[in-house]
Amino acid sequence: MITDLLPRLLLALAAWTALAAHAALPIQHWTTAEGARVYFVESHNLPMLDVSVDFPAGSAYDAPDKAGLARLTQVMLDQGAGQMSEEEIANRLADVGAELGGRFDRDRAGVTLRTLSSAKERSEALAILVDVLQHPHFPDAAFQRERNRMLAELKEQEAQPEDVADKAFYRAVYGTHPYGLPESGTARGLNQVKQEDLARFHAAHYVAAGAVISMIGDLSRTEAEQLAARISAGLPTGPAPASIAAPVAVKPETLKLSLPSTQSHILMGLQGMSRTDPDYFPLYVGNYVLGGGGFDSRLLEEERQKRGYAYSAYSYFNPLVQPGPLEIGLQTRQEHTEDALKVAHETVQNFVAQGPTQAELTQAKGNLVGGFPLRLDTNKKILEYLAAIGFYRLPLNYLDTWTSKVQAVSLDQVRDAFRRRVNPDALSVVVVGPQATQ
Amino acid sequence: MNIISFFRWAAAGLFLATASAHAAVQDFKLDNGLRVLVQEDARAPVVVSQVWYRAGSMDEFNGTTGVAHLLEHMMFQGTEKVPAGQFSKQIAAVGGRENAFTNLDYTTYFQQLPKDQLALSMKLEADRMANLKISDETYNKEIQVVMEERRMRTEDKPQAMVYERAMSVAYQEHPYRRPIIGWMDDLEHMTAQDARDWYRRWYAPNNATLVVVGDVKANDVVALAREYFGPLPAKALPARKPQDEPEQKGIKRINVKAPAKLPYLLMGWHAPVLRDVDRDQLPYALQLLAGVLDGHDSARLQKALVKEGKLAVNLDVGYDSIARGPGMFYLEATPSEGVTVDVLEKAIRAELDKVIASGVSEQELNRAKAQVIASDVYQRDSGFYQAMQIGELATVGLPLRLLDERVAKLRAVTADEVKAAAAQIIQDDHLTVAVLDPQPIEPKPRRAPVPGVKNDY
Repeated sequence: MITDLLPRLLLALAAWTALAAHAALPIQHWTTAEGARVYFVESHNLPMLDVSVDFPAGSAYDAPDKAGLARLTQVMLDQGAGQMSEEEIANRLADVGAELGGRFDRDRAGVTLRTLSSAKERSEALAILVDVLQHPHFPDAAFQRERNRMLAELKEQEAQPEDVADKAFYRAVYGTHPYGLPESGTARGLNQVKQEDLARFHAAHYVAAGAVISMIGDLSRTEAEQLAARISAGLPTGPAPASIAAPVAVKPETLKLSLPSTQSHILMGLQGMSRTDPDYFPLYVGNYVLGGGGFDSRLLEEERQKRGYAYSAYSYFNPLVQPGPLEIGLQTRQEHTEDALKVAHETVQNFVAQGPTQAELTQAKGNLVGGFPLRLDTNKKILEYLAAIGFYRLPLNYLDTWTSKVQAVSLDQVRDAFRRRVNPDALSVVVVGPQATQ
Repeated sequence: MNIISFFRWAAAGLFLATASAHAAVQDFKLDNGLRVLVQEDARAPVVVSQVWYRAGSMDEFNGTTGVAHLLEHMMFQGTEKVPAGQFSKQIAAVGGRENAFTNLDYTTYFQQLPKDQLALSMKLEADRMANLKISDETYNKEIQVVMEERRMRTEDKPQAMVYERAMSVAYQEHPYRRPIIGWMDDLEHMTAQDARDWYRRWYAPNNATLVVVGDVKANDVVALAREYFGPLPAKALPARKPQDEPEQKGIKRINVKAPAKLPYLLMGWHAPVLRDVDRDQLPYALQLLAGVLDGHDSARLQKALVKEGKLAVNLDVGYDSIARGPGMFYLEATPSEGVTVDVLEKAIRAELDKVIASGVSEQELNRAKAQVIASDVYQRDSGFYQAMQIGELATVGLPLRLLDERVAKLRAVTADEVKAAAAQIIQDDHLTVAVLDPQPIEPKPRRAPVPGVKNDY
């Protein structure tokens, strides 16, 4: 079904204004009896199936004194479930060549499954998926072990400049708001988690009313309905968790943290935009010019192409349920730290003050609109879009209107949105690396 | 065009997609020696185009290590017709994505594009295959960027540092002993002329393979390739010396000190790679041995050392059967809190000894095979990945029929063959063990700020 409609899309791009109403992707949507939202694309080109089930159960649902509980709960889902031990789950998935994975960020926690669509393989893999979602055991031995593994990972991150910078950055930009907590929690928080907390977190957050079931692949509509009903029917009941509160403004901070690395890792940013933000497209398109467009972007031009300060220099908005951050980042050796930071700051200032040029905006749109088919050229990528459309309650025609919304962005809209949303004097700054010895 | 004709075209597209989903790779050669490989795949209206040069870090000489990768950077710095930065600009303007990567064996440049933009990518790639300009000015800036890349990827990554040092010990003669990105001292003393020499030596149609996968017709692709690459002259390529690694005569051990929080263990045994895809048997058995040991969450070593023994927090087994140079079967692990690297190493050895002594079960082997069979289907989701497999086989010099025969070859491997492969390869005399010895990251107490404490900057 994908190939059947994508060529139509490509032609639609050539004459986008007239044809913007056409479906880029035939997404089928329904809601199960228990309230789970389902998004399905039928595609029989390959004998395989991708499924994901997401919940509002990301790290923003952690309490600060138990930070890490959300991630640990998700990690523990397949460590024993239904009638199966953790070993049986792993072996039975391997026997049919299925891949069970996860999705985890500040908003979402979820499980992904990729399986062959042949009857035996598919039914075995789906049976395991259903148990993992509905009846996880959270056994004590695995709980202790997986917590220790997470603690080891956190410890190792303390020596990695990019990890130290990332955590300090979110803390600086969000203060005590849940987005300020690290996704994998803290050592102190994990040490406070008790085994029974996992089942409690699962019962409260992995509920049908908050679930988003996404499917693409070799499955009929009837089979998809049966599968969604089966997943949904056995999930914990009760209301979906309350939405994450809006972050409050924080005073910008400048943090300098010491590590014996050869490079300084620099992050700058502020509270940016949400996934359903009215300024989403002007900010998204504008950011291509600022730091999202690789060699087309001003940050890479200034830091790398002109000065050779950094291998990578970028900016991006991380849109979440609530405004996620605008993050600007680069790494450079210690001697260049001050200069590189100054260049980054001036680049943002100039961009906010003047906005993009007409040529830059044209280039950005050319890339984003022309490259749209590359966003949907694998089942894996399409599954990510289905999950995002479902979780963030984006309109079903989100992909159909995407290119026309990009095309419609004007110079004035970009300038105006950046002026209102990105105050260069309000950027928090984090520098992690070797210290200047002066 | 009206809506009705859209539907008709769409229906045709579906038919072709189904018919060509498993199409064979079509293999062409231009008069100047450029090999052109096309896989038609009409699932989406996109195309990936890759140019593979048979010139990787293994073709470098001491003193100029890293020049293959440096040249990859210089390839974006302009020609007579296409000034610096314009390559990327032109690809981006039509919606394309592009990048390049350098490996031990090859350097590859790629573009992913809407399917009707293939000609642009060929025009630009053909131009920089023959007409690259390397000015001192752009060189002086780009070598700084490469040194930053080395700092980011290696100097500040303790496990990458261990890997780099381990390879330089495991290989005594073969150029795989040198890091792809180059030693820092060599980068500091590199010159623009070194880059020009490298380009002149290796960048030629008869040392390259063009791989195109996507919603295209092979004949159209070849016609475009003839138009753009056809006029480029072939070059006399230098003879390549085998530089075969002499047999290792006993275990090698190294410690690497670096700022880190956790220790880390890397073990590597010399192993063969595929040379004769019909007669070679050991590489297929080794691939399945890796799957039995570490192919899923309850595979042998995962179960024994991570899940039940709790001696390691992470463990990986790796083996790549496809390479121009020699192979290595390797294992890396991070010990759990309170477990020393020595204890972990002994436990790993005990598990490997069990495989050598008692072999693997049919069930374990079938499980490893099930994953090979499934992943053969999953890989077809990505045109880019398909192009990678085709380009790698071609560049290494293996027949493309291996793409179709691979699964059958792996299916035919017996449990006895896996046991024999383990016994033959897992031997101390062919082993290098490298250990990360973590150094404290906290500076000595002083007035300066410590991690997590706010400070003015």
